[in-house]
Amino acid sequence: MSAHSNYRELFDTAKRGGAKDWLPHLKIAAIEQFEAVGFPTTRDEDWHFTSVTPIAERTFRPARSSGTTLTAEDIARFTYGQEDWHLLVFVNGRYEPALSSFATLDAEVQVMTFGEALKEAPELLAERLGTLAPAQQAFTALNTAFMADGVVIHVPKGVALEAPIHILYVTDAQASGASLHPRTLVIAERSAQATLIETFTTLGGGAYFTNHVAEVVVGDNARVDHYKVQREGAEAFHVGTTQATQGRDSIYHAFTFTTGAQLSRTNVYSKLLGTNAEVRLNGLYSLEEAQHADNQTFVEHIAPACSSREVYKGILDGSSHGVFNGKVYVDPQAQQTDGKQTNHTLLIGDAARVDTKPQLEIFADDVKCTHGATVGRLDELAQFYMKSRGIGAERTRALLTYAFAAEVLELIELEPLKLALEGLLFERFIPPEPV
Amino acid sequence: MLKIENLTANVGEKAILKGISLSVNPGEVHAIMGPNGSGKSTLAQVIAGHPGYEVTGGTVTYDGQDLLEMDAEVRAQQGIFLAFQYPVEIPGVSNAYFLRAAYNEIRKARGEEEVDPMEFLDIMAKKLKVVEMDEAMLQRSVNAGFSGGEKKRNEILQMAVLEPKLAVLDETDSGLDIDALRIVAEGVNKLKRPDNATIVVTHYQRLLNYIVPDFVHVLAQGRIVRSGGKELALELEEKGYDWLLEPAGASA
Repeated sequence: MSAHSNYRELFDTAKRGGAKDWLPHLKIAAIEQFEAVGFPTTRDEDWHFTSVTPIAERTFRPARSSGTTLTAEDIARFTYGQEDWHLLVFVNGRYEPALSSFATLDAEVQVMTFGEALKEAPELLAERLGTLAPAQQAFTALNTAFMADGVVIHVPKGVALEAPIHILYVTDAQASGASLHPRTLVIAERSAQATLIETFTTLGGGAYFTNHVAEVVVGDNARVDHYKVQREGAEAFHVGTTQATQGRDSIYHAFTFTTGAQLSRTNVYSKLLGTNAEVRLNGLYSLEEAQHADNQTFVEHIAPACSSREVYKGILDGSSHGVFNGKVYVDPQAQQTDGKQTNHTLLIGDAARVDTKPQLEIFADDVKCTHGATVGRLDELAQFYMKSRGIGAERTRALLTYAFAAEVLELIELEPLKLALEGLLFERFIPPEPV
Repeated sequence: MLKIENLTANVGEKAILKGISLSVNPGEVHAIMGPNGSGKSTLAQVIAGHPGYEVTGGTVTYDGQDLLEMDAEVRAQQGIFLAFQYPVEIPGVSNAYFLRAAYNEIRKARGEEEVDPMEFLDIMAKKLKVVEMDEAMLQRSVNAGFSGGEKKRNEILQMAVLEPKLAVLDETDSGLDIDALRIVAEGVNKLKRPDNATIVVTHYQRLLNYIVPDFVHVLAQGRIVRSGGKELALELEEKGYDWLLEPAGASA
């Protein structure tokens, strides 16, 4: 029996009572879509360098919701020391109100779990959910079919959410062998502002599979900063797709930080629908041993006079494999498009490998689109400079590796997060000082 | 302190240094002058251990040890410092961290205890004054986005922190306006001690108005073609290098 028919069977045995009619409908359409397309293979152009066989060959049953034994103390290490952020914690895919905390929210701002949204804002959910993310993609379809819970953030017109919202997805040993399908829906209305951090991590989760989808509506003149920190367990699998749409004069900044999972694929897509919108898609992947991480971006310049900027950097140690595929589409109407994309990879491990593939499809004539990729080893001159100050060869390499990564973290505008991620990389690359 | 004998060095197949001999004693300031392409910067880099140059002959003895056998970091730990002509930008590493890492490596090599970040800040407060630099420079990435003058001052700041026995200044005056030149030169003078020595590599005489050399050597086509006192620099300023080049060419 093939893997996707297993998922059909799991789908059929699940209870879907209680929801309004549209939701089971959406889910049934999704499982049918998933069955029709099946898991992608390396024959698919979008998956040429990433084989999902390790995911497809087994069946991850949807995680069961049973109470967690994790305490606030257990998860404190994942909250970046920020007590004034809004925090929503999901353990093994289940929302844990006892571990979550909200600073005072502006009365008009809605931050809800799906369960709450079905009661409090069913029209909003029905109208928006599933309308952005590319449903034809197998993993998105699988997420829609199996999503158990998720977060809806609705920021009304002209409201700037002061404190960032942090959604923390953590697994523990109970998640081993299970799949999690978290879902996020963000709607920033005209001139609204919000900052969202999504962290994926584990406390002894084993070989679980996270399949995440986020949909982000950035209204006219609105701004959303969206950070994704993927620190899944070493045996875990992670597939994530973020799809944004942007109105006129809007700003969407996404940063994807990847150090986790044995196999991961992270898609960040934005569709520029209104003129003069700005999108920034940045990321860092730092891999070791036999890890594989694939980052795909897709910017669709539909409206004129929009700008897109992408900087992705990778550090590949051991026999790890990094993939970057940056797609840019410029519609015939999207004149005065200004696009720039770069991907720099540092190969540390002798058996490490990178595949980087920019893909530009430009159908307008008055555009400025550039891309550049470098793959290399540490700069000889910089090494000599540091050694000429007495710093040993090993520490020189460590510092320069850290520096290579830290440079892209400078693009993170949320200072506490930047410092926390710098700290993580520092520990990762710099040998501790003798005390 | 430093004894160079008949040193030859290549970049790839090309011979750059063709037999240099030079002795430097504690307390001395030597100026190495010469036209572009004469090999002055190569000599400076070879002393510091740049891996891009291949030493093909001759010896370099430093404090009785074979300098050429030492890795660049060991040379630095033994007290050699090169102020780079083109200081390298290292985005992502703060000046403070970089300096402390270097300072501690050198202390370790001297058998002294390492200092923690707080102690180091106290030390830095004094050193910053030597080059009239603001404390804010410490939090910036090493040389990243620094102006030409800031980079050169940062080199001298490093020198002030690391307290080398033998400092080699490679075209430290290039690209500096007169104020920056004065600050850099005064910094170097403040760091001068009877037990350390300085080699100043420069194309122009003007730096030597501030850092007064005991000896001036003219390098041309990979050889020292003339040595003299500080008055030689003034003569070069007046006459240029041409009058020295021909005899060197003729003897080649």
